[in-house]
Amino acid sequence: MPAKPGFSVERAGDETRLTLGGDWTLESGAEMERSSDSLIGAAAGARAAVIDLAHVERMDTGGAWLIDRARKILQAAGVDSHIENARPAQSTLLEAAGWRDFETPKPPPGHPLTDMLADVGASVASAWRDLNHGVGFLGESVVALLRALGRPHLFRMTSLVYHLESFGLRSVPIILLINFLVGCIVAQQGIFQLRYFGAETFAVNMIGILILREMGVLLTSIMIAGRSGSAITAELGSMKMREEIDALKVMGLSPMDVLVVPRLLALIVALPMLTFLADMAGIFGGLVVSWGYAGLSPDAFLDRLKTAIGFNTFMVGLIKAPFMALVIGLIGAMEGLAVQGSAESLGRQVTSSVVKSIFMVIVVDGLFAMFFAAIEY
Amino acid sequence: MAIEAANGQEQAEVIVRVRDLVVGFGPKIIMRGLDLDVRRGEVLGFVGGSGQGKSVLTRTILGLVPKRSGKIEVFGKDLDRIDDDDRRALERRYGVMFQQGALFSGLTVKQNVQAPMREHLKLSQRLMDELALLKLELVGLPRDAADKFPSQLSGGMIKRAALARALALDPDLVFLDEPTSGLDPIGAAEFDDLIQTLQRTLGLTVFMVTHDLDSLYAICDRIAALAEGKVIAEGTIQTMLSSQHPWLKAYFRGKRGRVLALNRDERPAERPASSPAGGP
Repeated sequence: MPAKPGFSVERAGDETRLTLGGDWTLESGAEMERSSDSLIGAAAGARAAVIDLAHVERMDTGGAWLIDRARKILQAAGVDSHIENARPAQSTLLEAAGWRDFETPKPPPGHPLTDMLADVGASVASAWRDLNHGVGFLGESVVALLRALGRPHLFRMTSLVYHLESFGLRSVPIILLINFLVGCIVAQQGIFQLRYFGAETFAVNMIGILILREMGVLLTSIMIAGRSGSAITAELGSMKMREEIDALKVMGLSPMDVLVVPRLLALIVALPMLTFLADMAGIFGGLVVSWGYAGLSPDAFLDRLKTAIGFNTFMVGLIKAPFMALVIGLIGAMEGLAVQGSAESLGRQVTSSVVKSIFMVIVVDGLFAMFFAAIEY
Repeated sequence: MAIEAANGQEQAEVIVRVRDLVVGFGPKIIMRGLDLDVRRGEVLGFVGGSGQGKSVLTRTILGLVPKRSGKIEVFGKDLDRIDDDDRRALERRYGVMFQQGALFSGLTVKQNVQAPMREHLKLSQRLMDELALLKLELVGLPRDAADKFPSQLSGGMIKRAALARALALDPDLVFLDEPTSGLDPIGAAEFDDLIQTLQRTLGLTVFMVTHDLDSLYAICDRIAALAEGKVIAEGTIQTMLSSQHPWLKAYFRGKRGRVLALNRDERPAERPASSPAGGP
């Protein structure tokens, strides 16, 4: 344990002698700060003060700073103060870590109202920039896609297959599971509520339409946004951080062709397939619950389903899937390429990628709902 | 005080004592019974070919890599026989500067320097601010660098900021992993001077892993050379130059080494050891 950093006071006329003792090191921490503050108090009002270091056992930059700061403050208060009996090593330290003015003028605080308005303005401007950038990025990737179509021998098939596996195949179990469960829940709630009207069998209509038109594709897209969109952002982001993207560029390769297009295509191919599986899992969940909970046999369920839905019901969901994939892929890649040098920035972009793509998935779904309603499909 | 020891007697207290150290990863043995002493107040340069395990040794002493057998004593305490409290107290006496700086990218430079103070000491925010700015000034960073994030700094500034963080708690012992790598010769020479100045002013003991022959000539009191898992030579630059070991001959008497050795013979007092540049 360090010895307590303390001092004793001797007054001779209007001169005060402060004899310091103990360890003036950072280990003493707050105690040393208090001692230094009381040094100032002890000598206040004197004409002159001497700070005597003869009994200081150990001193580091923290101690040197505090002692010299106290001396400076006393001097500013009109007490002629100086340090005595410093050993050579201590003088060196006092010189190196002596007082200097670190006060920086703080900018005057703004008015809360103007600050708020400025914030609102900044977010509107940044949303506009995002939109602009997004449209630009969409154009760029379409060009890259067309370029890939024009020169199929240059297309990166291995990369596409790899990403199909990681975005598609590996998502199958979790997508099947959540859609099965949601199918079960929708069926149970439907049967429970419709039972009051004696219209239990209409639950089948509800399950069919809800799952095929909305829930299947929406849940799949949200899951993929969380699972694969974030992976795209993290991969591209860490490549950006380690200058791998720049390395590609100087080799004359376009990161768009090499990294973005295969991922985008993989998502566009995988998402409709996953949506199909999700639809089937959801309907199966509905069938199981209708059988167990309402006593509706699978045959009766399927008969009822046939009359309730048409091929268009199924297509409405499926048509949306590639668009969802495009939105997720574009946002994921864009956010990934926007990563700056720090780990914190990577985290921020991944979060923003997931939030933005889930939000956009829901917006796109709403737009499609309006569109299909307008064309009565 | 450490400062007297640095300039004074030859046989100073040994503060890091490594004996018969064996370290390996899987079937690969990297250290085969290595012995090493670091004495109080000296700058020890540690050299060795790439992949020979210079960084591994540093990391083993720091407790980041487990050892197979052997003994490591730091400040007279056997690292295998101390409890967690003692170990933490010991670790507060180290400062480590990693090769890539290892600054926390989510914190500003000032917050990086304050991080160890905040965790280990009870200081007021005002004092921590002042001490952080003081440390940054000691390592020669401009004041406006304090509020920048590591990603906004150049390579040389990152090294300086990392050194400032290593010095945050006023350590007795500083480990520097290739402090001058990636710096231009002028920047590297400045950094050498800086290390020497700080070492003298703050009474530090410096353990420096380096490849930089200039640093070895300019600031190292002693040099230890690592090859085949052992320290093959230990001593001043003169000892290294007169060694007959083939690797050492190639290292110090190779094309690059010869030029320096020549310059040194012609102008022996280019950077006199007694007047640290920028110091008091």
